[in-house]
Amino acid sequence: MSRHGYRYSAGKLLKHGVTRGDWPRMWSKPERRDSYDVVIVGGGLHGLATAYYLAKNHGITNVAVVDKGYLGGGGSGRNTAIVRSNYLTPEGVAFYDRSLQLYNTMASDLNLNVMLSRRGHLTLAHTDSALRTMTWRAEVNKLLDIDSSVIDPEEVKRLTPSLDVSSDTRYPILGALYHPPGGIVRHDAVVWGYARAADHLGVHLLQDTEVLDISCSGGDGPDGKGPGGRVTGVRTSRGDISAPVVVNCTAGWASLISNMAGVPLAITTHPLQAAVTEPCKVFLPTVVVSGSLHVYVSQTDRGELVFGASVDPIGTYRVNGTLEFTEELAGHVLELMPGISKMRLMRQWSGLCDMTPDYSPIMGFTAVDGYLVDVGWGTYGFKAGPVAGETMAETIATGRTADLIASFGIERFTEGDLVGEKGAAAVGH
Amino acid sequence: MILVPCPNCGPRNSSDLRNTGEVVPRPDAATASLSEWRSYLYLRDNPAGWVTETWYCRSGCRTYFTIERNTATNEVRGLERT
Repeated sequence: MSRHGYRYSAGKLLKHGVTRGDWPRMWSKPERRDSYDVVIVGGGLHGLATAYYLAKNHGITNVAVVDKGYLGGGGSGRNTAIVRSNYLTPEGVAFYDRSLQLYNTMASDLNLNVMLSRRGHLTLAHTDSALRTMTWRAEVNKLLDIDSSVIDPEEVKRLTPSLDVSSDTRYPILGALYHPPGGIVRHDAVVWGYARAADHLGVHLLQDTEVLDISCSGGDGPDGKGPGGRVTGVRTSRGDISAPVVVNCTAGWASLISNMAGVPLAITTHPLQAAVTEPCKVFLPTVVVSGSLHVYVSQTDRGELVFGASVDPIGTYRVNGTLEFTEELAGHVLELMPGISKMRLMRQWSGLCDMTPDYSPIMGFTAVDGYLVDVGWGTYGFKAGPVAGETMAETIATGRTADLIASFGIERFTEGDLVGEKGAAAVGH
Repeated sequence: MILVPCPNCGPRNSSDLRNTGEVVPRPDAATASLSEWRSYLYLRDNPAGWVTETWYCRSGCRTYFTIERNTATNEVRGLERT
């Protein structure tokens, strides 16, 4: 993996354990250059993965990842760390399955234990129409060789005994979409793994560097921005950087960055809240999701239950928690698992989601030459991070949109060719 | 919690109402091209700051009205019936 990196191994672990010596820093703090071949805005999973695959697969190492805060401080560190590929559209299934393949080999590829746990993923159905959607999804999945099937309540109970599958509840469980390869992964480790590997290949990671403007020339709009123009660089809080290619990987802040290039997006920013309980003995063997009850839950290796919900109904950039969320979450979770009523919530937090009208991302080239987007990641950005990085890197390096993301282009909104992904999280069924 | 000033019902918790998003000027149906219509449908400014937006008082008087809200702080000002 590394050109000049420190490799982790069992031998090193033993050595550091015995000597108590410090571990080397995971990535360096490079001096900023005045120009790069590619500037990636946003140092989260998507930006870092794009930089890593540019360097590793295409040999493009004169790359900077700039972030106004610290690496992985946005959605990459706030999601509920679920990975799966049982989506509804064939485009979505093919795309997310490639991501799952990359997650499978990530620990050895990046030389860092990302603690991937493929424990099985249950999407519960509480109504006949939900069961119909699950069956539809299972059939699409099977056709594309994804391990996915509809199971009955008895099988749900066998896989996850803590769930209440009785028929006299407010929202009885009628069945579930079972996806054995789905699971969870340590999200911070994934970010650190890509950052470290990209740094070792020569990519510059510039933290605490806010992009204030994108410089363009020749466009229709003011200052040469907008359609028909081309990118010349970025103006940052630490000085100007010139670059022929600028990539927007800023998720919740995507509209703000894109407007700097004169490229409006079909995105509204909504917070999504999550919460975690105190740790307890491990009892929940699978990831459990209920679209109707707007909740997903998994148990971490430390024994904490991690809950996520659907996006808040009001668009805002403010990430404070609300009591409405906690009340609704508690009600819905106890509907599924009455046994945990005495458990206490330890923390709640919120992250920003860049929602598109069709619950699919916006990826690839735009009407401004050299300005690319990898945005619109809504509630599904974490599980897509590796494949998004790989396909964006291919698109940048070859100058041709990668096949897997061909249907996610920005032009679909003006051409009326949307990709309705109702298998996305936070979408009611 | 955001207190939204409904013109009829007074200040109400935002969960009593529905936010229908920022106000986008509607194109002229007689002259608009297909891409102008789709831009109107889908493209949004999505600023981190003051935005003019429409609310629907769904559990009260069922009026649509516009207010200004700062999306960075959720501070609310202004009021106009539509």
